[in-house]
Amino acid sequence: MEPSRDDFVIALRSAFLKKGTQQRFSLLSLIFFSIVFLILGSFNFKIINYVKAGIKEVVYRSSFIVSVPENLLKDSYLRIQNHKKLYKENEKIKSELEILKAKDLLNEFIISENQRLKNIVDDHLFKSDTIIAKVLSDKSSPYLRSIVINKGSKHKVNLGMVVIDGEYLVGKIVEVNYSSSRVLLLSDLNSKIPVIVEPNTVISILSGTGKDYGVIQYSKKYEDIKNESVIYTSGAGSLFKAGIPIGRMNINNLSDEKKVDFFSDFSQLKFVKVVSFKKSENK
Amino acid sequence: MTGLRNKNFIRIILLKVPVILLFVSVLNDYDFNYSGLKYFSFNFSYILIFYYSLKKTESLGYTYIFIAGLFNDVVIGTPIGLSSLMYLILCVAASYLRNITLRPSLLKDGIFFLLTILIINSLLFLSLKFIFNYELNYFDQIINMVFTFLFYFLFSNLFNFFENYVVRNNNAG
Repeated sequence: MEPSRDDFVIALRSAFLKKGTQQRFSLLSLIFFSIVFLILGSFNFKIINYVKAGIKEVVYRSSFIVSVPENLLKDSYLRIQNHKKLYKENEKIKSELEILKAKDLLNEFIISENQRLKNIVDDHLFKSDTIIAKVLSDKSSPYLRSIVINKGSKHKVNLGMVVIDGEYLVGKIVEVNYSSSRVLLLSDLNSKIPVIVEPNTVISILSGTGKDYGVIQYSKKYEDIKNESVIYTSGAGSLFKAGIPIGRMNINNLSDEKKVDFFSDFSQLKFVKVVSFKKSENK
Repeated sequence: MTGLRNKNFIRIILLKVPVILLFVSVLNDYDFNYSGLKYFSFNFSYILIFYYSLKKTESLGYTYIFIAGLFNDVVIGTPIGLSSLMYLILCVAASYLRNITLRPSLLKDGIFFLLTILIINSLLFLSLKFIFNYELNYFDQIINMVFTFLFYFLFSNLFNFFENYVVRNNNAG
């Protein structure tokens, strides 16, 4: 064997096996543990699942605590920014309020009329159970766009429940632990939900992009989708109630992509509503 | 007596700073690994682990790194054990470099670090994409790698300063 090859083997063996004075395990044994975790985890091995659940509980809570100072700074910065904008916004809002007051009266009339008509045509109404949850962690990873909330199976949160910020759709529950849950955001690459684009009533699918916007896909009537059109859930598939607002079309002439800007800013979520919609009997 | 106890406490805290930094960077909401800026992200944990495995092995135990990896998987939602594996491979690379280096130089360390993160991120990309069926953006990974490499030089100097002046002065005093 050549001396250089010998050196290489010795250096590599030492890297894998040598332990420091305070090291309990060698690198090789820890690598072995990691691979065991990975393999057993992918086969849903029971013990690994328990370990996973335990780690999740610890991590979600401690992640929230560790993030407190930084969140405090972030919040203070945002508060200062908001104060700067306050005066201009106040003027604008005052004028908008007058218009909205008038529209609200009209809306009330339309809602009551709508309910009356639904009763006449024997359509179902939706009843919802709402759970208010605090966002524990909104870490955006390159692999998953999700948030962790402080409500879990203990609070009757179930897989697939809808998560809403104000009146706007945010995502759905994809993982439920005992006292926490993970919400897959609409912006995640794996998120695909049936939507309707208004005006023109174009039925389509909204897909996440892994960034802070979504795209409209799988529609036959792309030409009917205009800039500034509003996206609502279509209610197809019975997961979401129809008519939950999601976002607005942002069509750029330079690109073919049908971009959707979400109404809710997913990076600023503090509290969300976890909702399940059930069909209720008509009165 | 109280002064001595305080000094000891500060010394212990300073020695544990790398471990604290590692866990804070893994658990913190704001991760440099994905800062939300369009063309900017870097992996602070990789830099920290590589630097301390190379220069101060005793500061950052392999067991802590393994646990931090498990925590990281839970926080970012990757299969459990994957980040630990990547962190430990980084440690192997650093340890190998330490064994073969006679005259350390920052540039050589940096280039070796680049090669290592290239291999690690390729492994990560392949396993996530083809074994665990995750959708990944290849371009984001490249950006992350480039900035992680560039920031290694900055953080390496910062850590050097911290170890040589802050920790050593405190030990001497």
